[in-house]
Amino acid sequence: MMTLSLSHYLVVGAILFAIGVFGFFLNRRNLIVLLMSIELILLSANMNFVAFSIWSGNPAGQVFVFFVLTVAASEAAIGLAILVLLFRNLSTIAVDKLDHLKG
Amino acid sequence: MSFDTVLFYLLSIVLVVSAFRVITATSPVTGVLSLILTFFTASMMWMLIQAEFLALVLVIVYVGAVLVLFLFVVMMLNLRLETLKEGLKIYLPLGLVIGLVMVAEMALVVIRSWGHVGGAPVPAQDFDNTRALGVAMYTHFAYAVEIGGVILLLGMITAIALTMRKRADYKRTNPDKQTRVKSYDRVRLVSMPTETEPAAPEPAAPSAEGAQS
Repeated sequence: MMTLSLSHYLVVGAILFAIGVFGFFLNRRNLIVLLMSIELILLSANMNFVAFSIWSGNPAGQVFVFFVLTVAASEAAIGLAILVLLFRNLSTIAVDKLDHLKG
Repeated sequence: MSFDTVLFYLLSIVLVVSAFRVITATSPVTGVLSLILTFFTASMMWMLIQAEFLALVLVIVYVGAVLVLFLFVVMMLNLRLETLKEGLKIYLPLGLVIGLVMVAEMALVVIRSWGHVGGAPVPAQDFDNTRALGVAMYTHFAYAVEIGGVILLLGMITAIALTMRKRADYKRTNPDKQTRVKSYDRVRLVSMPTETEPAAPEPAAPSAEGAQS
């Protein structure tokens, strides 16, 4: 507890992950908060990657964080583009209004 | 308790509170600003264990570009949030219990597996995190870096193609028709018998002469 150890970072990553998943269940209506929950979950994964990379002395984990950031950036751009398109067509971003594809 | 640990606990409290504010925010602008605070705090926590390149990349690239994009989109959309928040009171107590159980389980597993690992290894005096990452990225992971660039290009093209608006009063050339045009479409030589003027034009009528020429 006293010295800063690896499990400190892993527990913080676990808490962030739980908050992100909780956000999914809490805000199932709002598409923007769903995207932000995805960002939180990716941040928790990045936290674990950085902590393991530093404690094992291998920079490969930090390079992987770089790729996670790349994919997250393009995912956010495409997701927000879809969101804008959706709002332009339906004037709402409530997820339960998106039922045009029901069979 | 060392200074690093005190700082870590302070930062993690800020991190958890602001992450919780993200998912319970009443307005999406507050949510995005809390997300920005979360990322800033995470960057400072990475700085604590000397991962300074990723910490700076997270602030400059991620907060500066992606989260500001979030902020722009949220401000652009005119949202009414009364209907979006009605599930909060129903799911909050049960969700809190399930979330705490999840965290407890994960913490148990993590501490039992990695709890014996001590403090962070002290890097050498001339160790440069940015240099080490750059060497790894441009030698061992060069192919993956190029794929990452292609993914960013894909995101850019997709976002532009999705949100581009087709205008109705759009004036532009049609290159297909332009290249298929032939010379006789523009100038046509017609052979016809020569005609002579029946009479010389009157010099006293300049308006008629102007109309003829």
